[in-house]
Amino acid sequence: MPPPVLDVRALSVQFETNEGPLRVLRDVSLQVAPGETFGLAGESGSGKTTLGYTILQALAPTARVTGGAILFEGRDLLGVSEDELRRIRGRRIAMVYQDPRSALNPTTRIGAQIAEVLEIHERAPARAAGRRAQELLELVNIADPASVARRYPHELSGGMQQRAVIAMALAGGPSLLILDEPTTGLDVTTQARILELVADLKRRVGAAILYISHDLAVIAQVADRVGVLYAGELVEVGPTADLFAQPVHPYTRGLLDALPHLDGLRGLVPIEGRIPRLTDLPPGCVFAPRCDFVAPACTAATPALETVAPERRARCVRWPTVLATPRRSTAAAIAPETVASDAPLLAFEHVSKYFGGAGAVARWLGIGAPPVRAVDDVSFDVRADEVVALVGESGCGKTTLGRLAVRLLRPTAGRVRFAAPKPTDAQIVFQHPDSSLNPMKRIGPSLARPLVLRGLRRRERGRRVRELLEAVRLDPDYGARRPAALSGGEKQRVAIARALAMAPQFVVLDEPVSALDVSTQASIIRLLAELRRTLGASYLMISHDLSLVRHVAARVGVMYLGRLVEIGAVDEVFRAPSHPYTRALRSAVPRPDPAVPGRPIRLEGSVPSAQHPPAGCRFHTRCPQKIGRVCEEAEPPWARASPTHWIACHIPIAELSRSSEEARP
Amino acid sequence: MARYALRRLASIALILLLVSAIVFAAIHVLPGNAATLILGEYATPEALRTLEREMGLDRPLLVQYASWVASVVTGDWGVSLAMKQPVATVVGYRLRNSAFLALAALTVVVVVGVPLGTLAALRRGRPLDLAIVTATYVGISIPEFVTGLVLLLVLAGPSVGWFPTSGYVELASGVTAWARHLVLPAMTLTIVLLAHVVRQTRSGLADVLTAPYIRTARLKGASARRIVLRHALRNALLPTITVLALDLGYLMGGIVVVEEVFAYPGMGRLIIYAVQNRDVPLLQMCALVVASVYVLANFAADLAYAWLDPRIRYS
Ligand SMILES: Nc1ncnc2c1ncn2[C@@H]1O[C@H](COP(=O)(O)OP(=O)(O)OP(=O)(O)O)[C@@H](O)[C@H]1O
Ligand code: SF4
Ligand code: SF4
Ligand SMILES: [Mg+2]
Repeated sequence: MPPPVLDVRALSVQFETNEGPLRVLRDVSLQVAPGETFGLAGESGSGKTTLGYTILQALAPTARVTGGAILFEGRDLLGVSEDELRRIRGRRIAMVYQDPRSALNPTTRIGAQIAEVLEIHERAPARAAGRRAQELLELVNIADPASVARRYPHELSGGMQQRAVIAMALAGGPSLLILDEPTTGLDVTTQARILELVADLKRRVGAAILYISHDLAVIAQVADRVGVLYAGELVEVGPTADLFAQPVHPYTRGLLDALPHLDGLRGLVPIEGRIPRLTDLPPGCVFAPRCDFVAPACTAATPALETVAPERRARCVRWPTVLATPRRSTAAAIAPETVASDAPLLAFEHVSKYFGGAGAVARWLGIGAPPVRAVDDVSFDVRADEVVALVGESGCGKTTLGRLAVRLLRPTAGRVRFAAPKPTDAQIVFQHPDSSLNPMKRIGPSLARPLVLRGLRRRERGRRVRELLEAVRLDPDYGARRPAALSGGEKQRVAIARALAMAPQFVVLDEPVSALDVSTQASIIRLLAELRRTLGASYLMISHDLSLVRHVAARVGVMYLGRLVEIGAVDEVFRAPSHPYTRALRSAVPRPDPAVPGRPIRLEGSVPSAQHPPAGCRFHTRCPQKIGRVCEEAEPPWARASPTHWIACHIPIAELSRSSEEARP
Repeated sequence: MARYALRRLASIALILLLVSAIVFAAIHVLPGNAATLILGEYATPEALRTLEREMGLDRPLLVQYASWVASVVTGDWGVSLAMKQPVATVVGYRLRNSAFLALAALTVVVVVGVPLGTLAALRRGRPLDLAIVTATYVGISIPEFVTGLVLLLVLAGPSVGWFPTSGYVELASGVTAWARHLVLPAMTLTIVLLAHVVRQTRSGLADVLTAPYIRTARLKGASARRIVLRHALRNALLPTITVLALDLGYLMGGIVVVEEVFAYPGMGRLIIYAVQNRDVPLLQMCALVVASVYVLANFAADLAYAWLDPRIRYS
């Protein structure tokens, strides 16, 4: 094996805070060889980003490296001068981080931002640097580099922005590329193309890549080797295939078991407890408070990273026992809901919602902008005691539809019929619990407020608040806390408790877990399923995550650019016949299994603007199966694939059933 | 961009029309009309009536307003009652003098304020920053007439005598003399604005320096100098432009005070003169001109903003 490009040895980093030192990284060692992609996985706050910044010496001033070494091409980066660092940054080591939009200077053209790397490091004349910038844009598969180079960041889609940032990172010809969550926040179809690009670059550029992500499914698709970080310690390292097939450390096993699977059969087993606070770490093994295998030996001393097999190491004293114990994941899946009754509780009848748009006078003068068609002529229903999910990428109108369902918005056209007597029978849980919880108010009073409206007496209210907290698995003494003292998952539980306080018949869940870590996500999803069964309520769940939807919904609707394009029972939507967009969406979901490499269907271009949606079929500008002029001119009719399954496409159902190239080995 | 500018210009025309209506209305709400003013309190009713007819004051208000607007637009601004000179000539001359003053002040504010603010932002929390911030506090809290008097006493007083205490010299009679008369009033005007601009630049730059794209630049290997000059300043100065535009209103108020203190013949003093002499034709044109300058300057600031910030170019 060639000598590693990056060799991190026993690195420890801490932040000085008011509550004392925060030991964010402890004794972290890892190597990345030339041409290798090393995946660094871990939940939020585990220290992944801190490691990336430490390598580039770009930490906040409050951070301090307390031990270890970072050897880059044999030289310790911790010792080099600021001048030397400047020559290394951007040229020898480049970093790409999450949210490309904020990583780009908003007032400088894309081409100039890329060319700047060459101006800095090679003193390249502006002309030559500009030409090279275009070549780099071409390298990251941008179709029209000359025009993109002249644009400003806000004129590009998220996926294009991230490509531009990657082009910038490649400009200096680095031997180490650090990618920190480069696809988080992007749509799945866009993510699929960025992942494809990363794999392609590895082949063509030959740099060592440190790929940081919280998403194990993504890591499984891109990495050669994986390291799992937990609360600042590397708990397991090994080749991707081995690690996913047979995780050794109990935490790795927990993470993998918590993931939702596209087959809907495995996973969603939460890890109990939560990450310890870095200011007061437990003695010995940091995972001990959450570990099923814990024994007295575990808390005696911090376990060493032991070699458990060739090239595999784990930080667990009981690894032989762990290995000998079968995993839980395959058994405990949530039973998918079945269609319960056929009395519609909520019905959308040709509902449209347009936002903004100029007034009548401006339109008459021809100077006003057309409205944004967030939802356009959508009809479907949710029955009593049923879970319906809506999936689709950002901007497809799913959130607007959710808000229409609970009357937070009024439709521009059409009708939303709700068959329940009281307005409080419909509730909503938002993606970010912060937006619905008053930060100044304690949890107890927050939960009690809706009960006042229901006319409950003080004593009863206290009892009911305790019951609600228990129902969402929170200790009753949480009632005295303020939202700031709660973790993201706990806040979401409170938001759920609040929605349930009114004993609603219908709840809209708008991306209820997308801001949460996988294990928290698993426990919230289970909680929601359980609560629903006791309440007998219906859910409309809005999500961009197809795997998750597979686990919870009885029926699924797929949206694209304001339109519903397919709706059916969950199993029907996850197999042929499918709408071409559904197929692409499904194929783009990365599988947390390196043995099943992704074969995403490419969608060209980006989602058109909802102000100027394409005529005919809205998907025709990107559809890989487009059949011709008819798609551009005529609106596709709804065709019935089964009594519960409908698809809006010009291709006949029989033919859609035949297209099955996505079948997996 | 051109379309944006055109649309803005149309709205400006509308605003000015509105301002002219308000000015016109305000003057007609006042007791006594121009005829009373000219003839004095003891004029006979017949004399008044005759003059009113001659001046067209007996016509319906709307007609009067329309004919006034028409004559203003065609450049016929009337004759000042007190000065017996065409209003256009008087206002033009005074406007030019005030413009010298305002431009001198603004130039100093930008040339000195932006670097000072930058320096403070880069040395945040260090002694230099503290000194600059303290100085801006002092600058903001002292009113012009005090600053003006202090400057007068110190720099134009008998012991130093570097600058003339008051008055104005034509540019034609020598640039040095002209400039020397400009220094003290401009300096007085500068201080408060300078404080605003320094503070805005400082906080704007400090903000921008924590933005992720600044980290991107750093991780590209850019030097501190390049980061500030190429990446941070342009973005940081955007809000400063807005502050400057807002400050224009303040500048106009300041000019009235400063011109009075230094006996400088500009718009400020002219307005005071017009009010004191109840010179209605002069006063209404002064008001209209000041409003136009303000609106146009804001328009210029918006254009500069749109030019510097590509995100709002076509909005
Ligand atoms: N400037 C700072 N001052 C104090 N603490 C910090 C600072 N930056 C990060 N931390 C803390 O360090 C720990 C690790 O943070 P880091 O950003 O490296 O995690 P991460 O694994 O990248 O998480 P995520 O997945 O949310 O991006 C967290 O507890 C975080 O709160
Ligand atoms: S060392 Fe003990 S507590 Fe830690 S992971 Fe292994 S078995 Fe669990
Ligand atoms: S109608 Fe045409 S463009 Fe639309 S999804 Fe079907 S084949 Fe594709
Ligand atoms: Mg991070």
